[in-house]
Amino acid sequence: MNPAIQMTGIDKRFGAVHANRAVDLSVEQGSMHGLIGENGAGKSTLMSILYGFYHADAGTIAINGRPSLIRTPADAIHSGIGMVHQHFMLVETFTVVENVMLGAEGGAFTARGASAVRAKLQALSYAYGMDVNPDAVVSDLAVGELQRVEILKALVKGANILILDEPTAVLTPTEVEKLFVLLRRLASEGKTVIIVTHKLKEIMAVTDRVSVMRRGEMVGTLETKDTNPADLAELMVGRRVVLTIEKFPAHPGAVVLEVKDLAVRDARGTLRLDHVSFQVRAGEIVGIAGVSGNGQSELLETIAGIRRPESGSVALNGELLDCGGRDDPKALRAKGLRHVPEDRHRMGLVKPFDAAESAILGCSDEPAFGMGPFLSRDAVLAECAVRMQSFDVRPPDPTLRTALFSGGNQQKLVLAREIERDPKLLLVGQPTRGVDIGAIEFIHKRLIALRDAGKAILLVSTELDEVMALSDRVLVMCGGRITGERRPEDAGEQDMGLLMAGVTSDAPKAAA
Amino acid sequence: MNANAVPVWLSAGVVPLVNVAVAFLAAGLVVALIGESPLEALGIMLRGALGSQYGLGYTLYYATSFIFTGLAVAVAFHAGHFNIGGEGQALMGGLGAALVALGLPFLPWPVLLPLCVLGAIGAGALWVFIPAYLQAYRGSHVVITTIMFNFLAGTLLVYLLVGPLKMTGSMAPETAKFVPAATLPLMSQMAAWAGLTITRTPVNLSFVFAMLAALSVWVLIWRTRLGYAIRTVGANPDAAVYAGISPRRITVIALLISGGLAGLMATNEILGVQGRLINEFTAGAGFVGIAVALMGRGHPFGIVLAALLFGVLYQGGAELAFDKPRITREMIIVIQGFVILFAGALEMMFADKLASLYTRIAGRAAAA
Repeated sequence: MNPAIQMTGIDKRFGAVHANRAVDLSVEQGSMHGLIGENGAGKSTLMSILYGFYHADAGTIAINGRPSLIRTPADAIHSGIGMVHQHFMLVETFTVVENVMLGAEGGAFTARGASAVRAKLQALSYAYGMDVNPDAVVSDLAVGELQRVEILKALVKGANILILDEPTAVLTPTEVEKLFVLLRRLASEGKTVIIVTHKLKEIMAVTDRVSVMRRGEMVGTLETKDTNPADLAELMVGRRVVLTIEKFPAHPGAVVLEVKDLAVRDARGTLRLDHVSFQVRAGEIVGIAGVSGNGQSELLETIAGIRRPESGSVALNGELLDCGGRDDPKALRAKGLRHVPEDRHRMGLVKPFDAAESAILGCSDEPAFGMGPFLSRDAVLAECAVRMQSFDVRPPDPTLRTALFSGGNQQKLVLAREIERDPKLLLVGQPTRGVDIGAIEFIHKRLIALRDAGKAILLVSTELDEVMALSDRVLVMCGGRITGERRPEDAGEQDMGLLMAGVTSDAPKAAA
Repeated sequence: MNANAVPVWLSAGVVPLVNVAVAFLAAGLVVALIGESPLEALGIMLRGALGSQYGLGYTLYYATSFIFTGLAVAVAFHAGHFNIGGEGQALMGGLGAALVALGLPFLPWPVLLPLCVLGAIGAGALWVFIPAYLQAYRGSHVVITTIMFNFLAGTLLVYLLVGPLKMTGSMAPETAKFVPAATLPLMSQMAAWAGLTITRTPVNLSFVFAMLAALSVWVLIWRTRLGYAIRTVGANPDAAVYAGISPRRITVIALLISGGLAGLMATNEILGVQGRLINEFTAGAGFVGIAVALMGRGHPFGIVLAALLFGVLYQGGAELAFDKPRITREMIIVIQGFVILFAGALEMMFADKLASLYTRIAGRAAAA
């Protein structure tokens, strides 16, 4: 039988960047195929070529044995390829039917198209056991349901080959399990599924075969059952990587951060933090686990002085803070609070600035950087060069534009800026989002070292494995409340999953 | 995708040159259509603007105003705001200078002249304060409010010039002549003090002010903590909040500086040339400043060059209209319009194509 997808000799350049170098990829029909690689390894480029977003400079694509010229996503859909993007492409104010119908309205009046789509949706939901209400408005659906709508959208358009880009990034462990059951079912019915991810655990759990890319090249395709995470990581990075974090038990000291009954509303008046209380002590890492969007961002931003709480109190070393009021981010920095924001692109860096200027964000008033109102370019450049060296930022060029660094190096730049200013309390959000494995190892080591130096660290990450590995205590958040506290060594995956979904043993009523 | 790797000489040098060249081609086409030789017309324009002390003087005089208004637009732009109220702020700058000059005529010139200049800056800044405040604290878009304030400034000036400030006995809407201590010397006068003779043209000491202003803006934007804050707010307001920089405060400060620079334009026309406050003295310089700032890509050096180009267009255009009756004053405005269209509004039309051409060539060179 012909493979469902046969990509041969795919080559693609973006200017000086050689994104795909003569890549071959063969995916068998009815199989689950994993595609892994670090950021910038070329996986997204390869999938974008398959889906018609880019056109390859060289190479051929055959679908089910037939050579296919895929120039646009419409060609790809026509060839039976469907893509589920990491960021869902849905119109929030439309119903499920209206979203699925997009691009297949069937004329000026939508009634006929809608009823055809509705019939197909019902047949597919029934066949694959996906319970989605076709008339629900998309903005009312949970993340797991949104993903199912995206998958249905592809299936309604006749997809036999499904590409899923980082499908588990926004799901709880329970939802991940549900997704995998669905995908296995699709594969067993003859659909071909490609999962693009950087999570080795998921590759091992769900795929039949896995292809590994590194620096634009395909370095190997393996039977999943014949390999293991350590080998895959080595293939991805090109050297042996330590996947486990070595750390000694913490020696917590005095209470550094004390949060009491903190409540925060967003601009629309929705309660985002629902009377949260906890402490962080010197010399310990307290992790906040949870699916993104459950109040973690608001918690970090409030403590950092960016938001103003509605009620409750925050104390740093016993001193009550007026977060978001008198204690704005600048005042809090002076008190020893440092903040690595969750989204470095949105907050942590200024992408059009050169690296040296991004490296003084929030510190531009320090006397070391110039006399009076003036900024000394030399001092700023020198500072950045030192930071780049101690955090191994590559390339070590302070005049290079921030946007041109890789995700890992941008993150190192932010961490260097915040960690090396001797914080009493460090707030860290998503320290390794979009960061390659080599840099993850480095960043984790730095955070542990900071803890061992007696600093208090509050860590927010939606990567459950990361929170469990780094933290000395883990708080789980759901719906703006802390649903439980666990020690990582005695918390089970299922237990955590329930807490993340808002199911607590002591308070059985689940949060919305 | 990778427009990032394009070098500065391409984006800041070649792209504007190509834009200007295309604008001239389009203008040349129009000139040819009405039956004149485009090359001859270009020759007359360049000679008229740069070929004599007289032409050069006028070119620099026009450029002076455009430098001020261009810098005004650029400073606001670095903070992420589009101040299109340069026209109104310049008018008010003239009023500020005139009030000082007419109100304190007894002061000696070393005191009076700086006060007049400060009056121009202050009044320009004051005129943008309400739009700036509304933008920062109430979210009213500064593009809308500043353009409204242009009309307000215009009508306020008319009211004052036909009423309270009108010179008694005059039929024209203008104030009395300022005392000499409140006027800036012409370049020709200053050259005479140094023993040199140059043709008498309107270019005056405020050209030097314009150059100093350009230098100061460069220092402000790229070499001070305030400039860093302004650029951070303009490039990424969320990052500014994270850093503890208040986007509201910086918005107001940046727009006040912008208004002050626009107000300085009045030093050229009112303190330098007219020596009295007249109606509509800005003659569109506030709007030309937008094109100048866009073409100069917000950089003072580029703004000075773009202002000189527009100075050439104004002066050379006037000569052309004089020499070739078939090319009327309105035709000159068409030509200037093309430059604004291609260098301002369609600034990025060729940028992407040039960038991809460059990356292709560079990629090939790297592969070879």
